[in-house]
Amino acid sequence: MATKVEIQNLVKIFGKKEKQALELVKKGHSKEEILEKTGATVGVNQASFKVEEGEIFVIMGLSGSGKSTLVRMLNRLIEPTEGNILIDGENVSQMNKEDLRRVRREKLSMVFQNFGLFPHRTILENTEYGLEVQGVDKETRQKKAEAALDNAGLLPYKDQKPNQLSGGMQQRVGLARALANDPEVLLMDEAFSALDPLIRRDMQDELLEMQETMHKTIIFITHDLNESLRIGDRIAIMKDGEVVQVGTGEEILTNPANDYVERFVEDVDRSKVLTAENIMIRPQTLRASKQGPRVAAQQMKAEGLSSMLVIDDNHQLKGYVTDKDVLSAVKSNIRNFDNILRTDIPKVSKDTLIGDLYDIIYDSDTPVAVVDENNRLEGIVIRSLVIGALAKEREEESNNGE
Amino acid sequence: MENSILDVIPEIPVADWMATFIDWLTDNLSWLFDALRDSGDWVMDSMTELLLLIPPVVFIILLTALAFFAGSKKWGLPTFTVLGLLYIYNQGLWEPLMFTITLVIVASLLSIIIGVPLGILMAKSEIANFIITPVLDFMQTMPAFVYLIPAVAFFGIGMVPGVFSAVIFALPPTVRFTNLGIRQVSDEMVEAAQSFGSTGSQQLFKVELPLAKATIMAGINQTVLLALSMVVIASMIGAPGLGERVINALQRAQVGPGFVAGFALVVLAIILDRTLQGFNKD
Ligand SMILES: Nc1ncnc2c1ncn2[C@@H]1O[C@H](COP(=O)(O)OP(=O)(O)O)[C@@H](O)[C@H]1O
Ligand SMILES: [Mg+2]
Repeated sequence: MATKVEIQNLVKIFGKKEKQALELVKKGHSKEEILEKTGATVGVNQASFKVEEGEIFVIMGLSGSGKSTLVRMLNRLIEPTEGNILIDGENVSQMNKEDLRRVRREKLSMVFQNFGLFPHRTILENTEYGLEVQGVDKETRQKKAEAALDNAGLLPYKDQKPNQLSGGMQQRVGLARALANDPEVLLMDEAFSALDPLIRRDMQDELLEMQETMHKTIIFITHDLNESLRIGDRIAIMKDGEVVQVGTGEEILTNPANDYVERFVEDVDRSKVLTAENIMIRPQTLRASKQGPRVAAQQMKAEGLSSMLVIDDNHQLKGYVTDKDVLSAVKSNIRNFDNILRTDIPKVSKDTLIGDLYDIIYDSDTPVAVVDENNRLEGIVIRSLVIGALAKEREEESNNGE
Repeated sequence: MENSILDVIPEIPVADWMATFIDWLTDNLSWLFDALRDSGDWVMDSMTELLLLIPPVVFIILLTALAFFAGSKKWGLPTFTVLGLLYIYNQGLWEPLMFTITLVIVASLLSIIIGVPLGILMAKSEIANFIITPVLDFMQTMPAFVYLIPAVAFFGIGMVPGVFSAVIFALPPTVRFTNLGIRQVSDEMVEAAQSFGSTGSQQLFKVELPLAKATIMAGINQTVLLALSMVVIASMIGAPGLGERVINALQRAQVGPGFVAGFALVVLAIILDRTLQGFNKD
């Protein structure tokens, strides 16, 4: 496959004394030393890598490691201090304003952490924006924008304003907007980091699904190892502005380039670091104020469930009901859950480690509810998920042991 | 007074310098000032005459309807508008009201036409920001009366010097709020605009100005009220309108007529302020 994006020795220095700092960078001084000596911050330090056409290339690193700076240099929202950016072999870092604008319009689109939607424009107008600035006539651009929204199932919302949609929906719009002018490269800066964990996983799935048909080149920034492993074809790890390792997830896990990467990767010791949040699923719930035994029976039948959780209007967990109790309540024509509600369900916070979850779930007949500090339901964990997560860990251990 | 060591420095003739400068301007640019005054007078006289052609009943209905839509279709503001305007008509102040409205509209429009672009310039250029900020500070700390002096020097007396001083006095809020409004637009919005390849003016007109609109409107609202207050002060140099009635009453120590005209000004100020605020909320 062809190389789509390549960066060579890219450097960004923030602050005065740029030249002096740049010299120190080249002599191999660390970010900390340079800050001390010159007061300048090294955002990105001599980064180089190639991104192949059609791959999802993840850039991962802790906060402040230079990921946002790096990705913003690709479309020159941030001007590089030194180094080259090649897109399809064209040197973006040397381009004049006009050529740069053409590249931004035709080749690169960006998706932002906080969605970056224009609050004064409707969803459709937001989606049209990229085509509008290119001067595409109204009819054509509307058609294209509508097609992009339709693809994401967002067409019904086209006349609403962004703040009327949930975070997940807003980011779907952000993605649809980025895709509307059919770019070749998508730049996604922590695009899913602001979303709830469950929605975040849905979005990851949707991105992967979309990628199967679209084959875009995607440069995806995240600080989350699990996210990198899930969606990345290859992963670059950044520390203090430097790219310390590039490889597939598998390569990075089995062969960490240095202590820093290794510490990152320790996350993967699953029972120690994976938490309830990572494996919980969205539960089927009943709302006590609106739904009664008949609805419960209907839904349990449809979904093949033996019990369901009951919540109040504030999404706080009240307890659960079992299929047997529900059926007898229906027979005796009872309209609410008051008498059949059971409360002996284990509750954990989303930070509970999987190792600890195992003990709890082992001798529980019900799933384990994941709640926040206000007893609001966030998800449930079922036994098979815990066992699945632990089993993967065993596998990895035995592989590493060989 | 005792002799002080400070007296070593002789008095610096700042007043003379200023006078010389203004003299020079009036001598050399008098053709320009005269032309501005004549055309300005003509425009404002015609505008007032046009306003006076509208039957007061129609005018009151129109303004009340405007207040109704501005005040999110509640009845408080329209009721106040009807009663206030009827009061002004009843007191025989209709014609001065139209003069005052003309002066306020012209001064406000000029302030907006000058102020919004200046504010944009300040938001975009640190150098412009650095230069204009102290000028605005100066304009706002000067007592309003001081602006009457160059106004008279350039334009004599009448409506045009009134509008001139009102524009200087009322300009700063529009400039400042436009600058502020654009600078407040979040980085992510600007990045989003740029990342799609917007040109500078696309970014300004499609993203920054719409997002800064509420802030700019708040500045314009202040500008209109300042223009009104300056138009009143400018009656001292012969600007016609409600202010003229107040000044006349003041000079003759007539408490009654002074109050009647003063109250009419308050009514006008409240109608202007609330209506503009109302429109800004949507
Ligand atoms: N505009 C700026 N001015 C000064 N320093 C900056 C600026 N933007 C980022 N930095 C610094 O550059 C480094 C990298 O930041 P960033 O790219 O935002 O990291 P990340 O996205 O990985 O969290 C940090 O030390 C940050 O403080
Ligand atoms: Mg970042």
